[in-house]
Amino acid sequence: MKEIVAIIRPNKLDEVKDALEETGCHGITVTEVKGRGRQLGITESYRGSDYRIDMLPKTRLEIVVEDADLEKVIKTIVETAQTGDIGDGKIFISPVDDVVRIRTGERGEKAV
Amino acid sequence: MDVLSSGDTAWMLMSTALVLLMTVPGVALFYGGLTKKANVLNTMFMSLIAFAITSIIWVLYGYQFAFGADMLGGIIGNPTNLLFSGIGVDQLSGTIPETVFIAFQLTFAAITVALISGAVVERMKFSSWMVFVIAWVSLVYVPIAHWVWGGGFLSALGALDFAGGTVVHINCGVAALALVLLLGKRKEVKLLPHNLGYSVIGAALLWFGWFGFNAGSALAADGLAGQAFINTNTATAAAMISWVIIDYLKTGKPTVLGAITGAVAGLVAITPAAGFVTVQGAIIIGLVTSVVSYLSISYLKPKLGYDDALDVFGVHGMSGLWGALATGLFAAPFINEATGLFYGNPEQLLIQIIAVVVVFVYSFVVTLIIGKIIDMVMGLRVEDKEETEGLDISLHEETGYRI
Repeated sequence: MKEIVAIIRPNKLDEVKDALEETGCHGITVTEVKGRGRQLGITESYRGSDYRIDMLPKTRLEIVVEDADLEKVIKTIVETAQTGDIGDGKIFISPVDDVVRIRTGERGEKAV
Repeated sequence: MDVLSSGDTAWMLMSTALVLLMTVPGVALFYGGLTKKANVLNTMFMSLIAFAITSIIWVLYGYQFAFGADMLGGIIGNPTNLLFSGIGVDQLSGTIPETVFIAFQLTFAAITVALISGAVVERMKFSSWMVFVIAWVSLVYVPIAHWVWGGGFLSALGALDFAGGTVVHINCGVAALALVLLLGKRKEVKLLPHNLGYSVIGAALLWFGWFGFNAGSALAADGLAGQAFINTNTATAAAMISWVIIDYLKTGKPTVLGAITGAVAGLVAITPAAGFVTVQGAIIIGLVTSVVSYLSISYLKPKLGYDDALDVFGVHGMSGLWGALATGLFAAPFINEATGLFYGNPEQLLIQIIAVVVVFVYSFVVTLIIGKIIDMVMGLRVEDKEETEGLDISLHEETGYRI
């Protein structure tokens, strides 16, 4: 099992969510976060003065999938969240040791 | 013998309410949107309380000293109706009831002091601000209003100020400068509007209310009011376009803050000139004023290093200065019996310069003295911790947003 953490543009959330649902991936946790990447934010200009806005609002998705579904889910996120411009975000993938469904106590892939 | 005109009275009642709208909520929203999220309520509150305090001062003694019969050689009015006693319901001031004239002038005094708050936001103690409002209206606004409008020495000299270029805008801009020099810089010197939409609404209300301010200053519903009205709108539009062009030239992108700042600069600049110049003159006054204020904000402020948070000096002081001088250039004799340099009367420009210098120096020096005394007695500035935490929560135990 793998955990996918994706940082995406907030206005891409609905599109990504719908696309994931179509691929059969239902469970998702979403948080609104702020952060920056290599470009260190963007510049805004007020009355002739430039300010660097270095913490931009982003949306963070957490999804746990079976190994077999991993590539499919990554592909879906990349295809829907991509604009090709700076600020599209990143996906981080890490292994998951175990999963527990609290309601039934089921463990492992059954609980995902 | 004066005769009441119901037409004039109706227009002046309307104008008074329009000017009130400029402060509450115009200035409150304009400034509130430009500050940090944690200071939005404090910023708006400064305008609200300034309006309330000035309202009381004005009826008790402010109007009487400003507009009473001249005494002491043009320095101050003779306050015969202190505490509003002896001002009858049917008493007239020209063709309108005196009560209406008093209320109209009240709104001018209130907005002038409220405008100063924009420079000192995010770091001034609220208690000190209230004391400052009382002292400043009494010792700075009232005398200057008398000199220019109440029959004092500047009006005797022939200084032209149709609706408040010197009395309101140079005055508040210079006072703002003096006060920020005493207060010092904020810990975080930035102009990063937390809600620019508020400021757009605020600027729009200023534009709307300014028709009462300028066209109302004709004190009648007549052709001169119409001239002031069209001049006000024309200069404002020209100044907005001018600022947008400057934005394009400097950064390649037009900004909304630039557009509304230009509009306010245009409103300020046309204020002294509204009832003296032609529409063609108004266009030039508007186009030039954005350049004056832009240069002041972008070059003068960083060079001198003062922290005029929302550019009260840059917009009101400098565009007020340009407007007062431009009145001496563009005043057309066929509009309102006053002749400027371009119509063959260079002396008018000299008189305007004298008026500007007098108001500039008096306002700056007396504001410095008032500020210094308040600083020594109760302190002007909030604690560092309060500034970091935000003034809404630390001074008022409230927050603007719970979303």
